[in-house]
Amino acid sequence: MKLPHLLLGTAMALALAGPGLAQEEQLDPNAKPGGSIVITYKDDVATLDPAIGYDWQNWSMIKSVFDGLMDYAPGTTDLRPGLAESYEISDDLLTYTFKLRPGVKFHNGREMTAEDVKYSFDRVLLPATQSPGAGFFGSIKGADKMADGSATSLEGLTVVDPLTVRFELSRPDATFLHVLALNFASVVPKEAVEASGGDFGHQPVGTGAYKMGEWLPGQRVVFQKNPDYWRAGLPYLDQITFEIGQEPVVALLRLQNGEVDVPGDGIPPAKFQEVMADPEQAARVVEGGQLHTGYITMNVTQPPFDKVEVRHAINMAINKDRVVQMINNRAVPANQPLPPSMPGYSQDYAGYAYDVEGAKKLLTEAGYPDGFATELYAMNTDPNPRIAQAIQQDLKAIGINAEIRALAQANVIEAGGAGNAPMVWSGGMGWIADFPDPSNFYGPILGCDGAGEGGWNWSKYCNEELDAAAQAADAMAKPEEAEARLQAWSAVFEGVMKDAPWAPVFNEQRFTMKSPRMGGADALYTDPVSIPINYDYVYVTDVQ
Amino acid sequence: MWAYLLRRLIQAVLILLGVSFITFLLLYVLPADPVRQIAGRSATPQVVESIRRELGLDQPFLVQYWNYLTGLVQGDFGRSYLQKADVAGLIASRLPATLQLMALAILFELIIGLGMGVAAALWRGRAVDSVLMMTSFAAVSAPQFVVGLLLLYLFAVQFGWFPISGYGTFSHAVLPALTLAITGSGWYARMMRSSMIDVLDTDYLRTARAKGLSRGRIILRHAVPNAILPIIAMIGIDIGIFMGGAVVVESVFGWPGIGQLAWQAIQRVDIPIIMGVTIVSAVAIVLGNLLADMIAPFVDPRIKLR
Repeated sequence: MKLPHLLLGTAMALALAGPGLAQEEQLDPNAKPGGSIVITYKDDVATLDPAIGYDWQNWSMIKSVFDGLMDYAPGTTDLRPGLAESYEISDDLLTYTFKLRPGVKFHNGREMTAEDVKYSFDRVLLPATQSPGAGFFGSIKGADKMADGSATSLEGLTVVDPLTVRFELSRPDATFLHVLALNFASVVPKEAVEASGGDFGHQPVGTGAYKMGEWLPGQRVVFQKNPDYWRAGLPYLDQITFEIGQEPVVALLRLQNGEVDVPGDGIPPAKFQEVMADPEQAARVVEGGQLHTGYITMNVTQPPFDKVEVRHAINMAINKDRVVQMINNRAVPANQPLPPSMPGYSQDYAGYAYDVEGAKKLLTEAGYPDGFATELYAMNTDPNPRIAQAIQQDLKAIGINAEIRALAQANVIEAGGAGNAPMVWSGGMGWIADFPDPSNFYGPILGCDGAGEGGWNWSKYCNEELDAAAQAADAMAKPEEAEARLQAWSAVFEGVMKDAPWAPVFNEQRFTMKSPRMGGADALYTDPVSIPINYDYVYVTDVQ
Repeated sequence: MWAYLLRRLIQAVLILLGVSFITFLLLYVLPADPVRQIAGRSATPQVVESIRRELGLDQPFLVQYWNYLTGLVQGDFGRSYLQKADVAGLIASRLPATLQLMALAILFELIIGLGMGVAAALWRGRAVDSVLMMTSFAAVSAPQFVVGLLLLYLFAVQFGWFPISGYGTFSHAVLPALTLAITGSGWYARMMRSSMIDVLDTDYLRTARAKGLSRGRIILRHAVPNAILPIIAMIGIDIGIFMGGAVVVESVFGWPGIGQLAWQAIQRVDIPIIMGVTIVSAVAIVLGNLLADMIAPFVDPRIKLR
């Protein structure tokens, strides 16, 4: 049996991520084409090479210059075909055949073909490219041989004809279509990569809605509308200027002065209350969920955190409401690793209630009636030291003396990875999903794979039973299994919480501020995939 | 003269060797792994190891340093880990902004600092002196971040005389240069004051006064030129400091200088950029000092370079 491809695509999107259409483009009837906007960022745009870029600011910029085979409907987590026109999945779930859209042109004018898809995947997987995304493609046959250097061409990716490619997987992988929607899976033209002399990141050429205009390092990056974009009628804007090196406080002043349309780093914490207290400004702030969780890790390999009672006690000792208040309610309290907007989130799970007396009792049972001394690592930028202090006070209330070690991000990551940190507050480095699927919240941060030296599983927690359950869940790639798969994932995360290697604290909300002239649905300003905004679909209301 | 230059050149090479070795060593022992920064959160251990191998970071320290050094003497500053571009080009693209800010900041520093220093010396021990020295002390102690935002809010947002931030025209440069000058001029004022006081007490000035020369002529023709020598040395040092980047001011005003590049590289452990900026800054300090020494004999003919 071969399932009709587009229907299957829609069915999967529906099942995985709630309602959504993966078919023809719905253009906003109010949108007028033209105009330009200014976005600010504090940090420089390091690179726009889709194989390399993995930053807050360049992730969504790359999405606007490049396309992959898969994509998400704007403002949602619903998968839809991108450069692929349609696809078929074999009965054994091991072969994916993609039909490419005909007539799609790169910014250099050449038509995109199946050879470009092949080249792009080979490039990402070659060790010489140093792509941080290479690990996402592990389920494609031959990915391991690319990684160890014994192959230079990906065995599991075949060019069938100029408009057809076939992927063969070594195991069923329910996340595969999400993985194909990652920036790392973008299609790039070989000749442009070679012509750039190793600096494709500053001279990007893709098939996306915008093409590269001007790039002045440390000052600005300018995107021009791609008039030949294959999604008819898009993008609306003629130009986007990204101004770099702008402190969030200064960006806000300039927004108030009418010089900036969206401050990419958001509203600075110190100004948040002031902005929200002014009805005129608050009306231009769009609030939305974010695939983010802030948590405290406890190193389960070291006493006293090797005792599950101690970890339960800490989960009960943290006054999450107070922490959320402290950051001006820019978050919601969390009781499990998954954020509420992630498929697989357990609505019915109660978590550990705030209970100081209960926590003390558990500590006594664990053999620490007088508490103990430990260290809490945290990143040294506001508001993280303040949050760490609130946690410190909560721990003090049950007799635990936690010394705060506030360090630069890279040093906290190192201490956590090396297993030297008894406790880490994840704020500022926390997990924001790469793609909207629960599996992305497990492997590297809670699974056995990430627990090794240097891994991001800072609790060094490894429960082989749960690992097996997680693998089984990801093998459930049949569309009719989608619901059961999410339930399996819920069970995995509830199992994690039973062992409690983390104390989840909150899920950050996003607050995007925009100028009065910005148009488009609110969902575009809290797009879960294109952060801060979906550049391809927003427009300005003051064009003639 | 030539022997002196040769000796200074050898000294400079030794200093640069030392600076590069110490910086490289500090970055090597730093408890932060550059490969982790490149690989990001989701990378598998296999990906991490392959990136480490590609960058040669699996080699022993001395091999890594030797590779860096042999590249450096051929003018190769290496490639940025995160930007995947040549460091020399990245630094060069920041030079115009850095040089422009440096020149204007030093000019403002001299105007403010020398003016204050001379005035304080002339009215030594009076109210003017104490007010000026208190002001210079406050200026030196004031955080650049506060001074910068204050100027920005006052002159750019409220009065609208200057652009709020950015780079391009002369008026973009005024507020950042002024911020640097205000916080830096205190040193010049104090140095100039004490140097002037020394000169004002000398016999030749007493002679000049006895000859009946006008007060203005005494100060401008005899006192200031003789008092300025230590200031020239200070400019030499200042050049080196500014070449390392004015991190705080650049960040407040969105100035695309070397400081911005360096600061972001430090946060992300982008070692080739950190090394490159350190070397450039060290070269500038050495050259700045050398330049100050070379100028000294022209200002004060008693000084001979040997």
